[in-house]
Amino acid sequence: MLRDITLGQYYQTDSVIHRLDPRVKLAGTLLYIISLFFFKNFIAYLIAIVFLATVIKLSHVPFRFMVKGMKAIVFLLLITVVFNLFLTPGEALVTCWKLTITKEGVEMAVTMAVRLTMLIIGSSIMTLTTTPNNLTDGMEKGLRPLKLFHVPVHEVAMMMSIALRFIPILMEETDKIMKAQIARGADFESGNLIRRARAMVPLLVPLFISAFRRANDLAMAMEARCYRGGDGRTKMKPLIYQKRDRIAYLCILLYLVVSIGVGRILL
Amino acid sequence: MSIILDHINYIYGADTPLAVKALDDICLQIPDGQFVGIIGHTGSGKSTLVQHLNGLLKATSGHIYFNGEDIYEKDYDRKKLRSKVGLVFQYPEHQLFEIDVFTDVCFGPKNLGLDKKEVELRAYDALRKVGLPDELFYQSPFDLSGGQKRRVAIAGVLAMKPEVLILDEPTAGLDPRGREEILHQIKELQMKTGMTILLVSHSMEDVAEYVNRIIVMNHGSVMYDGTPREVFSHYKELEEVGLAAPQVTYIMHELKDRGLDVDTDATTIEEAAETVLKALHRA
Repeated sequence: MLRDITLGQYYQTDSVIHRLDPRVKLAGTLLYIISLFFFKNFIAYLIAIVFLATVIKLSHVPFRFMVKGMKAIVFLLLITVVFNLFLTPGEALVTCWKLTITKEGVEMAVTMAVRLTMLIIGSSIMTLTTTPNNLTDGMEKGLRPLKLFHVPVHEVAMMMSIALRFIPILMEETDKIMKAQIARGADFESGNLIRRARAMVPLLVPLFISAFRRANDLAMAMEARCYRGGDGRTKMKPLIYQKRDRIAYLCILLYLVVSIGVGRILL
Repeated sequence: MSIILDHINYIYGADTPLAVKALDDICLQIPDGQFVGIIGHTGSGKSTLVQHLNGLLKATSGHIYFNGEDIYEKDYDRKKLRSKVGLVFQYPEHQLFEIDVFTDVCFGPKNLGLDKKEVELRAYDALRKVGLPDELFYQSPFDLSGGQKRRVAIAGVLAMKPEVLILDEPTAGLDPRGREEILHQIKELQMKTGMTILLVSHSMEDVAEYVNRIIVMNHGSVMYDGTPREVFSHYKELEEVGLAAPQVTYIMHELKDRGLDVDTDATTIEEAAETVLKALHRA
């Protein structure tokens, strides 16, 4: 039932992108997202789309799979488009009752939609090609300098990896409890909002209880293995930059220079 | 009046790289009033199979007929089906949520839209059937012991008065005594009410004594289907797929090999004792 959510899911296959160091992917995604907000013209977006398409191609993740993840944000996308369409002041194109569509509004709505879509697809490539563990490892190592400012980098990374690890477990648990309650005649789908909210009680109470039980067990298991924070802890698979990672950094840099540079020059 | 499965196939995660064929061309017929044991190793598809019977999972292909009606028919009332085919999940105590035991058991019948009196009558009746002592009725379900919680959860399904009761590993995680008690109660229930019961388990020992038919699942398909005696006569093949026949079967075969003329079909301790005594008399 809940297996259809692909946003933030890992897609298992072997590709260059999968093998990249997670730090490269994190930095790349961040730079890519920032770059999207610098663009002022059409050609820059075209370059970004080409870049994105190349990465998708290289990642061996079927495009279909990414689009499936987009379904979750269609609603958000629609709201953004509608608001931008009607609420941007400027030269009026169509007026209907109190609503006016302006030329600027259309431009804004289209840019926002393209931006958001590319943003989501771009960041979903990162999660689709990197296991959550790898991702938090990358984050921990990449943010290590912050330790100088007393930021608890390791603890935050550990919490994140635990949280991520628990998502599938809790999903499965939700699925199980839901099924068990449906088998007892529960109805999660019909009725108005209040009825539906009330129908969630038989699902949420057992879910909370099981989440706490699991958290307790995990804390106990970690203590039994003498876990006491990040100091002096070594990694089984330490992250070391390879040749392909350096090449990837170069590619990202090239993309940034070209896309932003082209935009500036043409304007 | 029966359940018929007609060429049922089920694939988990179809269209993803992780697609797994969980059920492979299952054809079964379960007549009314039978006490069936479904046995298989972890991942053999037995839990997946039973979730099809009340329509929680929809087969990738194939048909299921309950009392002669196709449950995948468009206008078939699946909610009603779920009240007719009661499914008790693995670790059912994890589904408890109400403030007290009695209210929790009322949840099922209340969802059927019955009036308050009937709901409470059924809940009371169900709690008595699983043998929960009266003084626990108004306690929080979370204060009970593991075995008691499980009884409450089973009562929660029984209160819907199903025609077919499916129990998925009802003894998992219980101590030997709790296991015995639960199985005994299920057998008693079956004898008293004559309802069809499907008992899913990975332990031969658990089911051998109680059921009149065993279905052995392996890699998503039915490997053996027959009376306990018939199924256990394949004890060597069962071992190959990681299942074991009851200990009695092994002892009987060993005795026979050593020259004592016993009936190797004995599956329960009582039967074994009888045939050993007979053989000794003859000797």
